[in-house]
Amino acid sequence: MDGRIKDSLELWEKNVLEKHLQKNPESKEKFTTLSNQEIKRLYTPVDLEDFDYLRDLGFPGEYPYTRGVQPTMYRGKVWTMRQFAGFGTAEDTNARYKYLLSQGQTGLSVAFHMPTLMGVDSDSPRARGEVGKCGVAIDSLADMEILFDGIPLDKVTTSMTINGPASILLCMYMAVAEKQGVSWDKIGGTIQNDILKEYIAQKSWLFPPKPSIRLITDIFAFCSKHVPKWNTISISGYHIREAGSSALQELAFTLKDGFTYVEAGIEAGLNVDDFAPRLSFFFNAHNDFFEEIAKYRAARRIWAREMRETYKAKDPRSWMLRFHTQTAGCSLTAQQPLNNIVRVTIQALAAVLGGTQSLHTNSMDETLALPTELAVTVALRTQQIIAEESGVINTIDPLGGSYFVEKLTNEMEKGAYEYFRKIDDLGGMVKAIELGYPQREIMDHAYWYQQAVEKGEKTIVGVNKYIMQEEIPIPILKIDDEVEKKQIARTQEVKRTRDKKAWENALRELKKAATGKENLIPYIYNAVKAYATIGEIVDTLKEVFGEYKEPAMF
Amino acid sequence: MRKVRILMAKPGLDGHDRGVKIVSRALRDAGFEVIYTGLHQTPEDVVNIALQEDVDAIGMSVLSGAHNYLFSRVLELLKEKNATDIVVFGGGIIPEDDVKYLKSIGVKELFLPGTPLETIINWAKENIKPLS
Repeated sequence: MDGRIKDSLELWEKNVLEKHLQKNPESKEKFTTLSNQEIKRLYTPVDLEDFDYLRDLGFPGEYPYTRGVQPTMYRGKVWTMRQFAGFGTAEDTNARYKYLLSQGQTGLSVAFHMPTLMGVDSDSPRARGEVGKCGVAIDSLADMEILFDGIPLDKVTTSMTINGPASILLCMYMAVAEKQGVSWDKIGGTIQNDILKEYIAQKSWLFPPKPSIRLITDIFAFCSKHVPKWNTISISGYHIREAGSSALQELAFTLKDGFTYVEAGIEAGLNVDDFAPRLSFFFNAHNDFFEEIAKYRAARRIWAREMRETYKAKDPRSWMLRFHTQTAGCSLTAQQPLNNIVRVTIQALAAVLGGTQSLHTNSMDETLALPTELAVTVALRTQQIIAEESGVINTIDPLGGSYFVEKLTNEMEKGAYEYFRKIDDLGGMVKAIELGYPQREIMDHAYWYQQAVEKGEKTIVGVNKYIMQEEIPIPILKIDDEVEKKQIARTQEVKRTRDKKAWENALRELKKAATGKENLIPYIYNAVKAYATIGEIVDTLKEVFGEYKEPAMF
Repeated sequence: MRKVRILMAKPGLDGHDRGVKIVSRALRDAGFEVIYTGLHQTPEDVVNIALQEDVDAIGMSVLSGAHNYLFSRVLELLKEKNATDIVVFGGGIIPEDDVKYLKSIGVKELFLPGTPLETIINWAKENIKPLS
């Protein structure tokens, strides 16, 4: 380090800064990020004393990938614009997909309704009031065939936000592809399939951890042989953040979940390089611009190092952390909803400067209901403006080398390793979850944040500052109650008309396989093809696996 | 006089529990006795727990869009059990028209996104009294 900079900095502090502060004090005693991390007034080379360019950053497309996973990043191809959508029946959502594709969207992303997420059929009493409300109702292969009707599965990639029943929805997608004459090695997409973050944050679970992780490693093994372009898991921090975590907690818990899956795959006898290249990630983009960018950059560096050094992966594709980003739903306000467009723009820009591979931008009306077509279009246009008007894609990792961003990236990394150690001390992530550790950490941070908002220490424009009495009315998407009736009728029709014998056999075989050690995916595929419903398949597995019970606390 | 007892509940399949947990903590810190049901409760579960625990109010959080069914079913069950003196309130992603409807059938108050905790606490102090 050049000692002259340090000396000059001290002189500047004494001669310039102190004098200035005497007359012009700063507006606050402490400046902190959204996650309550203190930020200094100024960052200089003094903050990066042991910075080593080749070790810490390297070049894009090369270990440790801090600057990005591809050698040309968005100059080659901009991120995939992938708007999460689903509501009503399969027909309703199919029409929305066709609209989004016609508007320049480049990938599909399926939002399922709560009953599908929880492995419950639409005609179950537990589904009353929920059908088609916060996503599309899918009960059986019959619905899935309608959902992708007229959408060639060799031309689009599809992300499915599905966890507990991920294997079932993947099998349905494979069955639709087969029907379209598209072979499995040609289909691409992602299933979320991240059960650990369900226990931690999103809380849509079915089975206890052990059999859930078995299903996940079965998917890893099956897809590496038969569906090679499929991202078998999307290890998600998004929901952890939405549940109220800090940026650091999001980073640390997500990566630790990722390592837990890698260990499970290795324990199941798989070669790490056979499944690790298909692991993908999903992060949140919240309001604190630089903190978010540092989070993505630190994530890439930590993942690369651990995959190479700890898990001994040899294939560079196993070292690369590829991720999807969604802007923070929890940052949107019901008050003055047009302001949300601006929030989303800042968040999306952070994701892009952080090197995301795909992006969902939230619509302005999502604290009120599912988005209208107009609101979704503005959200998509936001991405197109960033990509094609702002000029930020012209160079790779434009913030790399910023004293501030590099220092923040280092601090994120250090904080994540501290969390890894704490979780290891508790006996690993599964044990930590059973003890309620990550859940409590997140809850504590959420409560701190809420109180900071109440005290006015953190500003939410339109909510605790710049409040207006008159609300701007915006149109809202309503899901007709007819949807529920229509869906129940279709599912009951499927149950009446399917081949009873094939259906019975498939479920019996599945149950038998679940009690043993065989890979379950071919059995689930057979059940799906026999038009067994999601509820029936899940109930069959629950008979063997049991159900998860949460440690309920607040 | 005994403490006011509130059952905080998550009915339906929705797992978004950030709000219900924050409000539960805030009510507890403000001196209420709070019982939390945990997730994925049916309306029947909620009403049974409310009666067993002898609560004065039920606060329900619904973010999945299933509010009309879940709130009205809980009110219906309370009526069947002659327990309409239990105050029912709640919160979540609930459009304006549905707020009006739910209040018209007997939901005492609904708190929407962005509501300060203090508003909820003050409302609870004024509107929930210990039932004898």
